Amino acid sequence: MTVSSREKILSGIRRGLKRGPLEGSARDAVEARLADLKRNLIPARGQLDRAGQLRLFREMAEMLDATVEIVDGPDAVPAAVDGFLGRHNLPKTLRMAPHETLEALPWAEKAPLLELNRGAARVEDQAGLGMAFAGVAETGTLVFLSGGNSPATVNFLPDNHVAVLRASDIAGAYEEVWTRIRADREPGTLPRTVNLISGPSRTADIEQMLIKGAHGPRRLHIIIVPDDEAA
Amino acid sequence: MQTTSHAFKDNARKAMADVDLRTALKRVETGFTTARRKAADRLPEFEDLRDAGRDIKNHVLENLDFYLERFEERVIAQGGKVHWCSTPREARETILKLCRSVDARTATKGKSMIAEEIALNPFLEANGIEPIETDLGEYIIQLADEPPSHIIGPAVHKTKDQVSDLFLEHHWKYGRTERQTDPQALVNEAREILRQKYVDADVGITGANFLVAETGSTIIVTNEGNGDLTQMLPKMHIVIASLEKIVPTLDDMATIMRVLARSATGQEMSVYTTLSTGTRREGDLDGPEEFHVVLLDNGRSEMVGTELQELLRCIRCGACMNHCPVYHTVGGHAYGWVYPGPIGAALDPHFLGIEEARHLPSASTFCGKCEEVCPMRIPLPRIMRYWREQAFERRVGPPLERAGIRFWAFFARRPALYRLATRLAIRVLRRLAGRRGVLTALPFAGGWTDGRDLPAPEGRTFQELWKSGRRSP
Repeated sequence: MTVSSREKILSGIRRGLKRGPLEGSARDAVEARLADLKRNLIPARGQLDRAGQLRLFREMAEMLDATVEIVDGPDAVPAAVDGFLGRHNLPKTLRMAPHETLEALPWAEKAPLLELNRGAARVEDQAGLGMAFAGVAETGTLVFLSGGNSPATVNFLPDNHVAVLRASDIAGAYEEVWTRIRADREPGTLPRTVNLISGPSRTADIEQMLIKGAHGPRRLHIIIVPDDEAA
Repeated sequence: MQTTSHAFKDNARKAMADVDLRTALKRVETGFTTARRKAADRLPEFEDLRDAGRDIKNHVLENLDFYLERFEERVIAQGGKVHWCSTPREARETILKLCRSVDARTATKGKSMIAEEIALNPFLEANGIEPIETDLGEYIIQLADEPPSHIIGPAVHKTKDQVSDLFLEHHWKYGRTERQTDPQALVNEAREILRQKYVDADVGITGANFLVAETGSTIIVTNEGNGDLTQMLPKMHIVIASLEKIVPTLDDMATIMRVLARSATGQEMSVYTTLSTGTRREGDLDGPEEFHVVLLDNGRSEMVGTELQELLRCIRCGACMNHCPVYHTVGGHAYGWVYPGPIGAALDPHFLGIEEARHLPSASTFCGKCEEVCPMRIPLPRIMRYWREQAFERRVGPPLERAGIRFWAFFARRPALYRLATRLAIRVLRRLAGRRGVLTALPFAGGWTDGRDLPAPEGRTFQELWKSGRRSP
């Protein structure tokens, strides 16, 4: 059934294009375009210097109702997470992505009362902590790659999403993030899920009124760890 | 979806008498258009990005077969499967078979216009699988048992009061016996009820805004996060997408993404943009075990190489309807099928036949606003004109209407006669109008004069004025 539909669809397209399957130099040209991974026009806003990118990232994320906190260093992250939970009267329980960077933080020392649960998120979790792969200054967007150290559910199920982001991982534009993702992988592959997240969940489906917390997190808190000269 | 496009005139008349609808449409007219304008103004490169997006899509369409095959290759390499479906029926049956293979009882659904196009929900229901819409707008209209009236805001026609009533009626069974009127409370109620449904569902079905040939990824763009919960919790993720959604690379996707949300809602970027590639990997802590892409043609391959090819650039942002004076007046349901507004007027005749949809390409003032705002620069008025010609040539429509067009064409082809006739006509009309200067009734023009007076022409014809050297009134 599907084999014949496949042929039918492909031959229909070729009939419309008045040619057979792509061959010879025409095929080489398309293959070359695909292999080049050439970037298209990138807005000037996405091409600032490092300090400018950090500033723009923060400005854009806050415009989207995310909250942004720049801490002194990695050791200050546990207290920042603890403080966030306290500010919102949340239980001192956290669903944490078992990411090596997060595991290496001094939790027991700096936030001894915090209960950390590792693994995929569950419906009853109220707060999740994830490690962002990158930030995109252009729109204040966070990027997460799913994997054994980064379950995608942590970014979506809990009402409160806390993300740790290294300042040096803030890129100007999406294209820089693609380049970074491609660098460590077999060509043509991606993790199961790549999440680009810009602010907390929202909807405007009732009389176009903007309401936060539709299905994803109601709050998004971004903790930026300065690790280069820009911050 | 059952079509009522043939009844456009009646649909439109009813819509214009609906007070709630008028209020809702006013919000579309002011809200969406202002937001788009501001978003476009904030990005100096916006117009150049539109050109770049158009060029990418044109390149794809010239090599569509190649990119689709490459996409399939990449999906398979990462544990997924592509199901090529020529017809809506084949797509429905493929999805049912997949659902049955995991003994599914419920399927959660992210927003998908293609699911509407193939009328998936009634089919699943009839076969014992409960589809649960999770996008708030789609959820509302599912409760109301109505089709969407806008491609990105399916429930834009609903008032808050109507939503309150619907929730009370349908959430009673969950012990929600209080009628909520605060919008935040309504959103919370839907959120809480749907939360468990995500977990319980055996299959999650989403649409796709893009398919990426480079990586075999399907991409959804949402604000609520429902599409993500839909696809990450059940063991099977089915993506239903039409074949023109393909782009070559992630970089190409990024370019078009920059104009998508700005054109649609005026956001710089939607809240969640999610790239889904294959199945969960070894060591992953969550994600679906099965990944299926149902790739629908439904006559699109026949559009390649024709006057309609440019329609395949459409990214379903809704900007054309947001800016359309006809849509502002009659709303989405009047169009009678899945795609309303200018894109519907250009697209629906292809899917439904010009006999069924003949009114739609005529439901336009040709103001050109749709083409002006279309991020993919689709010449929508030109395509509507093409359908009008088709309707005339194929002898669709009442004889009197076609006789009228022939009558006009007779003069239009004879410029001297045309000028003489118009000179005479305006003088006759002015005489008929008398001192009041307006006509309250005119043979063959009841469609106009029944609802309003026709102002009588003043002075002379444009040509006469031009010749006399009077260049302004």
